[in-house]
Amino acid sequence: MPKIYLDNSATTPVDPEVLRAMLPYFSQKFGNPSSIYSFGQEAAEAILQAREKIANFLGCQKEEIIFTSGATETNNLVLKGVMQAFYQRTGKKGHLITSQIEHKAILEPAQILEKEGYGVTYLPVNREGIVEMREVQKAIRDDTVLVSLMYANSETGAIQPIAEVGRMVRKINQKGRKVNPEGIASRPYGVNKIFVHTDAAQAVQYLNCKINFLGVDLLTLAGHKIYAPKGVGALYVKKGTPIIAIQQGGAQEYGLRAGTENVPYIVALAKACEVAEKNRAKVSQKLVELRDRLISDIEKKIPESKLNGPRGERRLPNNVNFSFRGAEGESIVLGLDLAGIAVSTGSACTSHDLKPSHVLTAMGIPPEIAHSSIRITMSKYTTVADIDKLIQVLPKIVERFRKMAPKEA
Amino acid sequence: MYSKKVLEHFQSPRNQGRIENPDGVGQVGNPVCGDIMKVYIKVKNNKISDIKFETLGCGAAIATSSMITELAKGKTLEEAIKISRQDIADELGGLPSNKMHCSNLAADALKKAIEDYLTKGKDKKYERN
Repeated sequence: MPKIYLDNSATTPVDPEVLRAMLPYFSQKFGNPSSIYSFGQEAAEAILQAREKIANFLGCQKEEIIFTSGATETNNLVLKGVMQAFYQRTGKKGHLITSQIEHKAILEPAQILEKEGYGVTYLPVNREGIVEMREVQKAIRDDTVLVSLMYANSETGAIQPIAEVGRMVRKINQKGRKVNPEGIASRPYGVNKIFVHTDAAQAVQYLNCKINFLGVDLLTLAGHKIYAPKGVGALYVKKGTPIIAIQQGGAQEYGLRAGTENVPYIVALAKACEVAEKNRAKVSQKLVELRDRLISDIEKKIPESKLNGPRGERRLPNNVNFSFRGAEGESIVLGLDLAGIAVSTGSACTSHDLKPSHVLTAMGIPPEIAHSSIRITMSKYTTVADIDKLIQVLPKIVERFRKMAPKEA
Repeated sequence: MYSKKVLEHFQSPRNQGRIENPDGVGQVGNPVCGDIMKVYIKVKNNKISDIKFETLGCGAAIATSSMITELAKGKTLEEAIKISRQDIADELGGLPSNKMHCSNLAADALKKAIEDYLTKGKDKKYERN
């Protein structure tokens, strides 16, 4: 039985073109980029080219790209690095704005900052799982240092208004903020500038990631969501953004990320960005069609099914998330797995604990409905036949578990 | 993550369904984990002569429900009430640690069903008096 993989927001397979690009850097061009002889120069040249490709992809300068081990590291670096840099300059523990639906790689460092005395606001979302602009506006304080919101949510595919946030913050930064009784805004301009960060890990394949479109100061990229290997990512950080390193041990990546560069993976990440940009329109169009057909077929064939997250243009092309009241999500996932189809409950990172998805509950979905949800995320390799097969088996599986449940439950 | 035995019970649960006019019923649920289990028993000569379950829950919840029906069937009430969460997990070749508490409620459901039977029995005695 050929297996069907529909959990591409958890991770994607490596594109053969990406794999081909990275392979020479394991055993042939294996030098350390910091070495001055030819082996090192060859590796350094590969990194330079990768940096240029990604800078081109984002529309920024190559010195603004920092390679990391992935989105988790990048997000940690952004939150801790920017907030701590502010503290070093001002002696004040500033304010961070983020949202309730972020990935744990944002929420957990934010909680640590909170424990250390920084102010943190976790913005709510509406029923579609989208942060509303007036909530962002309301949350901004005189001591706000950083606004960090994901570009698209990994569970619901809900696209967040990052470009609007970028515009709004730029206006506030230009006008300056009104002086509060403690006189925080009387600090020289630039000290209390607000910086905007977005975790674009899930968005890169599908959405416009040009920096001048988004108006962000920092952006997170991850390799393994765009057909590059796990364990590589990048940070875009605008020149002049005060940020300090959170790990020490070398001057790599402009002193912001110590450690010998992962040359083959960096090459892979750049190649993956290049491929994503090239096929973005085509892949998006194909997946929007598949997505909307899948949504309407599920709604037709499975009674009491409820789509979680927005419809249409505010949803990632590859994401479908449904609740099936009276059947439990993990059982459906296991049932589909035994039928050769891989999907997930919520996000893979939260399936270690048993609490219902924090994203769905933030949207006002009751725990018992959140427990009945599954996420289907397609890739550029997903075919019409894959979706047909899913639509064929899913209704029977949901029906089976509904029948198994106590009636009054 | 799950043992072969868990997946096998998940795929082909034993004694799944309900008993009409049961001698005892026990339901337990955990809203945090989202699992609800209901166990029905028939008792004859102080032994569990028939047992069935209905479960809303994850793979572990279904497999542990299925397993307890196998373990309890034919046992005396005294033996059946002693079946522990650990016994069920052991019989299933182990459970992931995060599932041991939330989704391993079958023993509790059976205990409740037996208690229900015993209380009902007392009521009947009162009725006779």
